[in-house]
This record gives sequence, structure tokens and C-alpha cells, in this order.
Amino acid sequence: MASDTQINAKNKKAAYHWIDERFKVAALVDYMEHKSVPLHEHWVLYYLGGIALFLFVVQVLTGILLLMYYRPGADTAYESVKFIVSDVSFGWLIRSLHSWSANLMILAVFLHMFSVYFTYAYRKPRELTWLTGMGLLGLALLFGFSGYLLPWNELSFFATRVGTGMAGAIPVIGDDLLVIMRGGEEVTGATIGRFFGLHVAILPGVFTVLLTLHLLFVQRQGMSEPLDWTLKPTAEKRYMKFFPQFILRDMLVWLIVLNILAILAVMFPDGVGVVHWHLGTKADPFAPPPPVIRPEWYFMFAFQALKLLPSHVWFLEGELFGILAFTVGGLVWALVPFLERKSATGQRSRLFLLYGLFVVAFIVLMTMFGYVLE
Amino acid sequence: MKQVLPILAVMLLSASAAMTLAADDNCLTCHQSFEDETAGPSHIIVRDVHYQRGISCADCHGGSATLEDMEEVRREKSYRGVPGALDVPLFCARCHSDAAYMHEHNPGLPVDQLEKYKTSVHGHLLLEKKDPHVATCTSCHGVHDIGSAKLPHSKTYPLNIPQTCGTCHADEAHMAPYGIPTDQVEAYAQSVHGQALLERKDLGAPACNDCHGNHGAAPPGVASLSAVCGTCHALEADLFVSSPHKAAFEANDYPMCETCHSNHRIVRPLDAWIGTAEPALCVNCHGDADGTRGFETARGISKAIADLAAAHGQAETALEEAVTKGMMTTDEEFRLKEVDQNLIQTRTLVHAFNMDSVSGKAEEGLQKARQVQQNSARLVDEYYFRRKGLGLATLGITILVVGLYLMIKRLG
Amino acid sequence: MIEDKTSRRGFLQLLLGSGLFATVAAVFYPVVRYIIPPAAGEANLSQLKLPFKREEIESDPKKAKYFKYGRDLGIIYVTATGELKALGATCTHLDCTVQHRPDQGIIWCSCHNGKYDLDGRNISGPPPRPLDQYVVKEADGSILVSRSQA
Repeated sequence: MASDTQINAKNKKAAYHWIDERFKVAALVDYMEHKSVPLHEHWVLYYLGGIALFLFVVQVLTGILLLMYYRPGADTAYESVKFIVSDVSFGWLIRSLHSWSANLMILAVFLHMFSVYFTYAYRKPRELTWLTGMGLLGLALLFGFSGYLLPWNELSFFATRVGTGMAGAIPVIGDDLLVIMRGGEEVTGATIGRFFGLHVAILPGVFTVLLTLHLLFVQRQGMSEPLDWTLKPTAEKRYMKFFPQFILRDMLVWLIVLNILAILAVMFPDGVGVVHWHLGTKADPFAPPPPVIRPEWYFMFAFQALKLLPSHVWFLEGELFGILAFTVGGLVWALVPFLERKSATGQRSRLFLLYGLFVVAFIVLMTMFGYVLE
Repeated sequence: MKQVLPILAVMLLSASAAMTLAADDNCLTCHQSFEDETAGPSHIIVRDVHYQRGISCADCHGGSATLEDMEEVRREKSYRGVPGALDVPLFCARCHSDAAYMHEHNPGLPVDQLEKYKTSVHGHLLLEKKDPHVATCTSCHGVHDIGSAKLPHSKTYPLNIPQTCGTCHADEAHMAPYGIPTDQVEAYAQSVHGQALLERKDLGAPACNDCHGNHGAAPPGVASLSAVCGTCHALEADLFVSSPHKAAFEANDYPMCETCHSNHRIVRPLDAWIGTAEPALCVNCHGDADGTRGFETARGISKAIADLAAAHGQAETALEEAVTKGMMTTDEEFRLKEVDQNLIQTRTLVHAFNMDSVSGKAEEGLQKARQVQQNSARLVDEYYFRRKGLGLATLGITILVVGLYLMIKRLG
Repeated sequence: MIEDKTSRRGFLQLLLGSGLFATVAAVFYPVVRYIIPPAAGEANLSQLKLPFKREEIESDPKKAKYFKYGRDLGIIYVTATGELKALGATCTHLDCTVQHRPDQGIIWCSCHNGKYDLDGRNISGPPPRPLDQYVVKEADGSILVSRSQA
């Protein structure tokens, strides 16, 4: 009489054979079996990308559920969100999960990006992984910006008005850009239409493409090894198999993240402290703006920096200088695999380390100022 | 020739302008040159409604506007000069009581002001007792800058009326010979009407003239008070008039409304004014076993209102808890407003002075308040249910996490 | 011991199985409840279907009924000519709730005797402004009201 274990193994083998007959996956499976994760003092950071991915999946799922009841449009958006939160069973939970997961995902994406930067993981041959990652970061921020307006409440209306107004300050293309973003001169129901199309169709499509490429690159190239491993003898390098050891640990982390998410969504359904999304009152374009208008926390550093700039720097208008500075800084950051070449040969770059520290300090300090100086 | 034309044009224009001004009024031309610019009649007259409609100095004072010499003016037969206080009413009434004349200038304006004035206390004292210290037309309307009561600068604009009346009525020295109090304006300013009018600028609130009349100004009679108050407080007046108090008050010559609510210092009534113990007003007349049902009615009404007010308070507290816990409370907030309505209605029904009227409304309010309390409690329960659900989910996930962890350790 | 290993593995399987079941249930239960539509069906948009019929308004002693519109109270009434009209029920003076007075053909506020005509215009007493306007539509035996844009 075959034991349970033996029956299980036989079934697995049969299933595998069925698929292999049709799709010839043997080579692929063999390749995946050899995939391994380098073990070193910072290997925990490898979880960050997976956490961001998990949170994205949560976003997609809760987003699809919200789509069942949300109605875009100046007459219906607010009412539909109110309906979801008050009348739909567990609607409050789905909405709260969506909001929390959005914020945590952006946090995870930032942490992931910084950990990649400071470990030089972007260096050759992973330049394209970094670039697709930059694209994903930009898309994630756009996701956040476009989604924030959708409840059409006082909070989001004014934050969007300020945010799109800043786009208008960009030289040459600013005015046209503003009109295209807003769907007109002002933030109206037309803006909801655009942002909604962006948020549920365009961005998910583009994001999926970039994400697929990003993951393909990672799977094909494996995890980046620490810089000082270039000089380490092979015998001293320790690895962990991706399947099943690392992937199981990944799933463990995801479960913990899920639990944390659930706790946050239930205990703080409207957010906490300055990061909140209380539905409040419906947007009224004719009402005076509230005394304090804040962008979402991940835009706060840029918002605050622009506020602190003097009206003129050199011969340039303050805002223009700010935009230029951010553009240049951002470009340097995005093109770091091509600008910083020392790491390709296994050397650290003091210059880029300092730049990275400066960027982190700038973002952290400006974000803090943004909330403290209100 | 070319240079002369523009010069000629300017001369012609200024000449015609000068002529227009001069054609207006020699009175003004002269008097403007020597009168005080901020207070002189010839300067402030531009604000006057008469002047704005083409009625100027000579139309009231007589004489002729074309004459340049004051002596000549005085010699004119029509010259009336400055009227003394006793002559003012007839001075103004010369036009304002002339229906045909007024029809030419402002058909919508009434022409009965003098007739009404004759019935007023001011009118009696002035026309019969020849007292020059009482109010005449100019005391309230001003002179030389008379404006419609609809204009904010006018002395008869509702917001300004307490001050206009108070010029005399709040002046102790002035009012000494008449033996009436001088605290009305002060009392009024502290009343709900005064605060509504003077502080919140609510033009719907009554000023002195709304209760006392304008030209026929007199204190409302004892019997007519409820009609006066009832102009706005119609429901209360109706209830009172159908209540047992009407006959009782009339028999004892108590003024209606004023007996409990005062006349000038009318404040927001307290629930404690109804009842069987101080500071209730009922005990001023009623006592236990006094031959009327007053005492027990007072007790009953007082209890009904107190119960409803308490239920409202409890409902409000319960609702607040649900609100602070972030639950969706719009429906209950609505229902609580209905309880507010019931409270207002119950308090209004006090004026019927009978239990049946009050108890129905109060009971309705009690039911609603209880509903708000129950539903709020349910919302708070839901809040805690969510946490319990979270606890269970966490338990489930934790078990899975532990299992997964053990499996990972197993696989080395 | 082999028995130990089996029992430990069995325990592990139990842990995994029950944990997985609980987690999946914890995820699916709210999702399934969410997908089942609530009684209202969809958000109350700018048009509101009243929960009563014209006959109920006509048989009311004051020929009027109140309805909730978002956070506001409205009053719907039948005029002498049989027309169905609706207005905001909050008096513009001091926020009391107004009533329909079919005997006088007006909307009346009992607090300070404020009066409005049947189109909501303030005609007497302290109210400074007309009442909020609503548009009434009758369709398939039900009454629909919406806020007037005017």
C-alpha cells in the first residue's frame, strides 16, 4: 500500500510530465533549480523588491474590487466612495487596504531603490534593470498622484490643484502640460476622467510591461553580489537556493507584511497622523482652500524644497531653478550605471556614495520640514 | 482760428456747468462758502433724499433760490425760516400729508404719518402739552441728510434704531421729567432680539419700532402684547390665546408674554422656568392645591421636557463616541437633528399650558433619541467587531507563518 | 525515531493546512461579502428616488412629506392645482424646519412666522433668502428629486 508521501510524489511527477510534454519546460526548470541567492551581511535587503511586488499585487486586487463600485465623475465619485465606505460590506476594509498598501508600496520601492544604489547593484551588467526600475518608480509615483484625486474630496482636490499647478511652472511645455493633465484650465470632473483612465488602464498596462522586463532581467541575471565579492575566492562564497529556500522565506515575509497591512487597515482605517485619507467633505471648487494643503508624503520633499527657494536664484526664477535642479539631480540618479563606472571594476565610488547620502538626507530632511514647518 | 476753437469750447462748457450749478441754488452757493464742511447743512444735503429728487432749500424753508441777498430772502412772503420744535410736525406734514403732492413724487409712500403721530405719546405731549423736548420728525429722521430706512447710513435703518431712540430714552437727564426708566436700550442690547440685530446683523430681528410702532410710537397695551409678540411668535401666541392663561391673565390685568418673558431684556428661556420649585416662574402664582390644575401641569410639563432633554444628551454622547471611532454616522446625525426639532416643538407647546399637547411631542422625541442611542451603540459594536475579526485573521496568519517557518527550517 | 519524524511532519502539515485555510478564509470572507451588493445597490447619486408615492403625500393632512437628501432635509408637497413640488426644508432665518400650509397656500416657519410662497421665495417675516430649490420628476409611479442647478 503506497504511503501518502509516495502518492503525492507520483501525482507531482505526472503533472510535471503533462506540462513538459506540451511546453518543453525541462531546461527552464533545471535553470531555475540552480538559481541561488548570495548570502552576506546585507542579504536581508533582497526581500525589499519582493515586498514591493507583493504590495503591488495587493493594490491590483483591491483596486479591481473598488472598481466594482467606484464611479468617476464630479457628481458621482465622492458619493460612490462614501457608499463603499459606509454601505458596502467590508468596503471600508478594501478601501483602507488600498490606501495603506499604496503608501507602503511606495515606501518599499524607495527602500529597495536605495538599497540597490548603496550596494552598487546597478553596475554592469544590470544597467537595464536599474533603468526599468527607475521607470517603475516614476509610474508608482504617478499611480499615487492620479489615485489620490479619485475620491474627489476637499483634501485631494486642493492637493491636485497645487500639484498640477507646479507642472505648469515647467518652462516651455508647462502651460500645455498643465492643460493636458487637468483636461482643461482648472481641476474639474474632466480631470477625474483623465486621472481615472491613467490610474486603472494606462499605468497598469505600462507598469506590467516594465515589471515583466524588470523581473525577467532579475531572473536571467540572478541577484547582484556584493562589491567585495569580486575579490573573494569562490570557495568562501555562500549561497542559498532560490527554489525552495529563498522563495519560501519570501512568502513568509509576504505573510507578515499582509498581517501588518491588515492591522493597519483595521486599527487606522483613515490613516494615521499627517498621512491620512479621511473622506471628509466633497470637493467644492468655489470654496476657499483649507488653511493647510499638503501633498502626499512622498511628494512632500519636492513641495517643501520649492517652497523654501527664494524668488530668484542667480538670474533664474526660484521655481525654475528648483525644477531644473530636480531634473538634473533626477537624471544623474537615473543614469548612475552609466555615470559611475568604478563599481563595474569592483571599486567603490566615494563621489557617488556622497551623492547618495546627500539625496537621502535631502529627502528625509525636506519631508520632515514639510510637516514640522506647517 | 484753429487755436481759438478749443478755447471757445472749454469756455462754453465751464460756463454752462457754472450756470447749472448756479441755476441749482443760490442758497447753496452762499451757504456752502461759510458753513462747516463736515456738518453744515449745505454740504451734507447731497445725501438727502429730498435733494436727490430735486427738492431743495427753498422748497422747505420758503423764500427764493434765485435771490442772492439774505435780507431779500427774508422779505419774501413764502419765507418760513427755521421751524421751532413745536412746528416741525406740521412743517413736514405740509408735503408729507398731502396725498396729491406725494403722488407726484413718491406714490408708494404712505401719507398718514402725522395722523399716527397724533396718537403717539410724543404726539400727545408735543401737540397738546406743547412740550418741545419730545421727539419730532427730525429727532428720528435727521434733517438735511434724511435717508430711506433701507440705507445703512440712515438714522432709521434697523441697526441704527436702538441708538436713535436711545438718544433721548437712554439719557437720564433728558428723561427725568417723564418718570419712565432709561434702561431699555441697555436691556434690549442684552436680549436675544438685541443680540440678533446688533451683533449678528439679522435684519429679521425686531428693533424698537417693530413693537412700539414708528410714528404712532406708544408702549403696547396690556391686551395687545400677544398680538405684538405674535406677529413673529405666531404659534406661541395662538397656543397662549387658547390656553387657560388667557382668561386668567386678562382677569388679573397681567400683560401677556411680558409677565414671564419681560419686555426689553428678553433672554433665552430656560427649561427651569417651568416647574414647581425655584427658579420656576409658575410658583409665582401657582401653589399645590390652589384650586387650579396649574401646579400638577407645571410638574408634568417640566418632567416631560427634562426627560427629553436628558435623552437628547445621552443620544448625543453615544453618537459622539461612534463619530470619534470613525464610523459612518450621517443617518444618526440626521435623526438627532429631528430630536432637536422635537425639543423645540415641545418647548413651544409649553404655551398651551396643558399636558396632553406636550406629552405627545415629547414622547415622539424620546423614541427617536432612544433610536439614535441604540444605533450609535450598534456602530460602536461594529467597531469592536472589526478588531475581533482582525484578531482572528492575525491568529490564522500567524499559524501559517509558524508552519511555514518550521517547513523552512526543515528544508535546511 | 521514525514515529517522531512522522508525528512532527504530521503536526507540521496540520499547522500548514489549518494556517493556510484560516488565512485564505480571512482573505476570502471579506471579499465575498464585499462582492454581494448591499440593499441600496448603488450610490445615491445626484438624483434621489423617494421611498413613498404621490398618493401618500396627497393623503397626508398637511399634504406634504419630508425626505433626506444627503445631509439636508427637504419637503415635498402637493399644491392646490395638484402640482408636486419640492424645496429645502431648512428655514433660511435660523434653521428651523418649515411646514406646508395648504390652508394658506404657503410654506410656513413656525419659529418666527416666516412665510415663503410655493416656489420657495421668502415673502414675509425674518427669512432673508428663498429656500433651496429641488427638481421633481415622476416616473413609473415613483418620485425622483434632484438639486436644481439654478
